Amino acid sequence: MKIYATYNIKGGVGKTTAAVNLAYLSAAEGHRTLLWDLDPQGAASFLFRIKPRVKGGGKALIRGTRTLEGAIKGTDFEHLDLLPADFTYRNMDLLLAGAKATSTIAGLLKPLAAEYDNVFLDCPPSISLVSENVMHAADVLLVPLIPTVLSVRTLDQLGDFVAGFNGRRPEVRAFFSMVDRRKRLHQDVTAKILAERSGVAATPIPALSLIERMSTERAPVTVFAPRSQAARAFRDLWAEVA
Amino acid sequence: MTSDLRGFELDGEIGGSGQATGVAAVLDLLGQAFGVAADRAAPGRGASQHTWLDTFDWRLNRAGLVLDYERKSRGGRLLLSKDDVLQAEQPADGLRASRPRLAAHLPAGPVRDRIAKLASPRALLPVATASSTVSVTRLLNADGKTVARLIVDCATVTRAGQTVVLPARLAIAEVRGYPGPAHRAAQLMADAPGVTPARRSAFLDALHALGRHPADYSNGITAQITAQQPASVAVSTLLLGLLDTMERNVDGVLRDIDTEFLHDLRVAARRTRSAIKLLGDVLPDGLGGRYAAEFKWLGDLTTPVRDLDVHLLGFDSMTGQLVAASPADLEPFRAFLVRRRAREFRRLAAGLRSARFAALTEDWRRALADAQEGRAKRRGLTADDLAVDRTGRAFRKLTAHGAAITADSPPEALHDLRKRAKELRYVLEFFAPLHNPAIYRKVVGDLKQLQDCLGEFQDDHVQREEIHALADAMLAERAAPAATLLAMGEIAANLAIGQAQARAVFAERFAGFAGPEGQQRLSALLERPGP
Repeated sequence: MKIYATYNIKGGVGKTTAAVNLAYLSAAEGHRTLLWDLDPQGAASFLFRIKPRVKGGGKALIRGTRTLEGAIKGTDFEHLDLLPADFTYRNMDLLLAGAKATSTIAGLLKPLAAEYDNVFLDCPPSISLVSENVMHAADVLLVPLIPTVLSVRTLDQLGDFVAGFNGRRPEVRAFFSMVDRRKRLHQDVTAKILAERSGVAATPIPALSLIERMSTERAPVTVFAPRSQAARAFRDLWAEVA
Repeated sequence: MTSDLRGFELDGEIGGSGQATGVAAVLDLLGQAFGVAADRAAPGRGASQHTWLDTFDWRLNRAGLVLDYERKSRGGRLLLSKDDVLQAEQPADGLRASRPRLAAHLPAGPVRDRIAKLASPRALLPVATASSTVSVTRLLNADGKTVARLIVDCATVTRAGQTVVLPARLAIAEVRGYPGPAHRAAQLMADAPGVTPARRSAFLDALHALGRHPADYSNGITAQITAQQPASVAVSTLLLGLLDTMERNVDGVLRDIDTEFLHDLRVAARRTRSAIKLLGDVLPDGLGGRYAAEFKWLGDLTTPVRDLDVHLLGFDSMTGQLVAASPADLEPFRAFLVRRRAREFRRLAAGLRSARFAALTEDWRRALADAQEGRAKRRGLTADDLAVDRTGRAFRKLTAHGAAITADSPPEALHDLRKRAKELRYVLEFFAPLHNPAIYRKVVGDLKQLQDCLGEFQDDHVQREEIHALADAMLAERAAPAATLLAMGEIAANLAIGQAQARAVFAERFAGFAGPEGQQRLSALLERPGP
């Protein structure tokens, strides 16, 4: 079982759209895939038309009184399941603080290893115990970057943070998100970083209104507009990071 | 999507052209509780052809297994299930399911691994084929989320050139995490007019439509006789059943599908000869005697190929026992056996296609049918009287022959005893329905142990002699390298050891069957309430 996590300290940078589309593409290839919507806002759950509610809330999952397996819902797509968000996830930091520090989420996922080939964790924006848990659980950290100088600084900080882990460290794979080709700054930053750094995917995810339409279609763009530029970009990105 | 199927079918009256109407009615009903939308991307939807495979003697069915070769435009796969639960599956693109093949010759995969030993040495044959079209409808909640699916399977089979429509099968598939809606949908469907819980699997539906049923062939004694039947009627019925078995195997022998068609044909012929010898006196005058010679001819016709089959079937196990020689040394021997079998098979096939064989089966059937309806030769003698008399007689004959065997007796004495044991076994089997089942099982079980020992002794002896004869034949054909002859010598030596081991346990096995306890058991078997 390979665990991917979409993470960025900032919100609104394309974490959920990436998690939803990449998870769908993984499942479409026949991999048994689970997407865990860890964000209490429940955007990924909303996009799959699944109620953002877990019996017993985050507390029951973290304390182990309910299994993750029992909370999983099937999506409309073959091989793709979703562990919904719950508003109580907003308190997950507190719950994790009382548990096994940074390895709780990794431990909760372990029993699912026989059932899934790929797991995607869609993280809430922040730097917290939740995100630290996610980083310890993940094999690959997928980091959406808006091509600005400040975003790049954030990536450096994240790299340093992960480098400080003892033992197992996730691979950090950044990709450019919400790229507006009409903006000179976006073009320059993208070109410079791709030339100077490794670990950054060559495929940018463009800023397109079609991607925003996911919230009205309530489906991955790769489903409702499979031949679109946006869908092609997600397919190319998946081919790079898978 | 999980596959928690709750199976229903549209009843027969709605079947055929009315099926579309029936399905539409179900959709209307479900539409009152759910949104409905065709699922054009659902796995499993679309057209497919199903060919169910089993051995001629239904070995998979008897083990509770169903093997389905599902062919779609994108390829094929083998699906093995038990009690409608999938046990194993594997891709099998381009498999020509209509062509019989040994399970060991299927593409490598978990299905082959599961069934190869079970089916061996029999070939897998198509037992039913159905064309199916599956459509899937999504059942949606108020958010437009798929919470269950309706699966409709409309299938047909072809019988005598005519298309037969099977009852449409309907199922509700649960989506993980949404058991409630699936349950609700299943309840709604159960209340729909013309919808009933599926009575049997798709496989059994197809088989039924083809006029067949599982296990419609067995190499055992299948004739049903009753205790108070006139003996002549019972014996004619038994013999007709054996004739059916012989005739059902002829095609498989001629097509050389697998070795067991010939084996079953030979067993039925041997049982026929024994029945004529042991019970034929109750048939009309001279009937048994007139045909005994013809069935001996049939036995002799089939012996050479069967003997070669036995060598070839046991070849790998034989080479596995080699210590001094290498298995490769025996390859010329195998090639020789294969060539010789091909030659002998042509003779066998010519015999089974001959007018003599056709006359034998036709005349014998007519004569037995007449005997069934004609006047009994020995009036008043019932099947049960005959069973008690002939079983007791065969047992006494066996015990007398066996008791006379000492450590110095020649092999022929044991060979002769084996024949007597076979006769007793056949008489027991002929009249099995008339006996107490528990005592019968014990008597036959003990007898089988004795037969296994005698069989091992004789088979090893015969095979050793055959290996000598085959070595001579290979030399004559200049097809015998020295290494091969040496390896054959080692095989012959191993057979001699096996024969000696069988001889060593004979006395114990014989005592186990024919000793005081065995005699008491047989008396209990043949005991009947007084008048």
